[in-house]
Amino acid sequence: MNHSISLTVNGARRDFVLDDPRVTLLDLLRERLHLTGTKKGCDRGQCGACTILVDGKRINSCLALAVSHDGADILTIEGLARGDQLHPVQAAFIAHDGFQCGFCTPGQIMSAIGMIGEGQAGNDPERVRECMSGNLCRCGAYVGIVDAVLDAQGQMDRTNQRRSA
Amino acid sequence: MKQFDYVRPATVTEAVAAAAQPGAVFLAAGTNLLDLMKGGVSRPDRLVDVTHLDGLDGIETLADGSLRIGALVRNADLAHDAEFARSYPAVAEALLSGASAQLRNAATVGGNLLQRTRCAYFYDTASRCNKRAPGSGCDARDGENRSHAVLGWSESCIATHPSDFCVPLVALDAIVEIEGRGGRREIALVELHRLPGDAPDRESVLEPGDLIVAVRLPPAARGFAAHARYLKVRERTSYAFAVVSAAAALRIENGRIAEARLALGGVAAKPWRARAAEDVLKGVAPIADAFQKAARRALEGAKPSGDNAFKIELARRIVVRALTLAAAGTPARIPALPASPFASTSGALHV
Repeated sequence: MNHSISLTVNGARRDFVLDDPRVTLLDLLRERLHLTGTKKGCDRGQCGACTILVDGKRINSCLALAVSHDGADILTIEGLARGDQLHPVQAAFIAHDGFQCGFCTPGQIMSAIGMIGEGQAGNDPERVRECMSGNLCRCGAYVGIVDAVLDAQGQMDRTNQRRSA
Repeated sequence: MKQFDYVRPATVTEAVAAAAQPGAVFLAAGTNLLDLMKGGVSRPDRLVDVTHLDGLDGIETLADGSLRIGALVRNADLAHDAEFARSYPAVAEALLSGASAQLRNAATVGGNLLQRTRCAYFYDTASRCNKRAPGSGCDARDGENRSHAVLGWSESCIATHPSDFCVPLVALDAIVEIEGRGGRREIALVELHRLPGDAPDRESVLEPGDLIVAVRLPPAARGFAAHARYLKVRERTSYAFAVVSAAAALRIENGRIAEARLALGGVAAKPWRARAAEDVLKGVAPIADAFQKAARRALEGAKPSGDNAFKIELARRIVVRALTLAAAGTPARIPALPASPFASTSGALHV
């Protein structure tokens, strides 16, 4: 039986007919939309490489059935930059060497954006490490990742203050 | 993953009817179920998606002072609800000590209650497992079993229930609201999960089609907010299941414990309420001697199921430390590393 679903992906409405309900959001993004920035690491919810924002919240796309997310608003790593202008978190990862091989990086960046939105960590590095523990980096770039997240969060907070001033 | 039919019922009644069919299971977030299906551990014929049902995602205070939490409330939304965290701090701390931020954003209250054990032999379809394949045997009994049960286990199964959330909930007398083919009923959470006995495949008292629609905390549960902690020993600092955990909640009046609540996690096939230990604490001063006596009572009857005798002494120490932290008072803010005995801000004392 076919299932029709609609998603908003990086701001654009996309309609799908699924002939198999087993398709995850991760596989839908990669195989149907060719948005391969979202990575398949463990495919079991343990590594965080597949992290995307669904309705503004970070989740593991490998453990989310697409058919169950009819109507969802999805943001992936491809939806962050505006032309050549990087998202502050992307720029901070470059500035602070927040990666080595880069495979976990899209998931780290999406997770960091989700974390900043949750507003629970503040500028405490220990809380940032705890809030980012769902994203593994086998290269061990954690020191740079924490610095990048703190820096980007500070920049985004200042930008928001200027906007509201 | 085995092929399955996907159905999305419009009402709770339709959902119950659809899930009562043989081979059918409910799908909420799927953070545990999909993992199990990918590994061939769970092989349902039909998924009944309850995530689009109305009215199951609210948090409401009832007229009698109870709190009713809809089964589809996400773990993170509950833990970060300021009023909830103030009133039931040990529950919020337990939630935030579990899984990762991504999983907490997806996982639901009802799903958390019904998550499956993380016993590696249950997950490995090449191993014998009485829970996954009744009658096949238990490879955990003579295998890598240092994290397995020390209370309530049987020769058929030594697996533990992995939930953090359930531990303070049973301590606080949580009630589970269930919609089934016979209508609405409710049971104490402590009665939901079964000990393995000779049928470890029957993990709960739920019948086919039964849907958890809400969890309720009775009015008295708020009375422990000033002295409530969850403490969890893991094999790494974050994003790991409990080796042993404890929820301790005290009501202290005039320097004495008017009422104590205590439950343990990671020690049995269900969240383990330690009522005998609670009785020891009633009416006494909150001091180390009393906590040590309570810890001994809490682990009475415990026995190793393998290479895990250490968990019995570890559990006693965790009980003492959780009670000590609870007596010291609920922190104004949940520590940076929730429930961690190693957190720099936990104020933990080595015992």
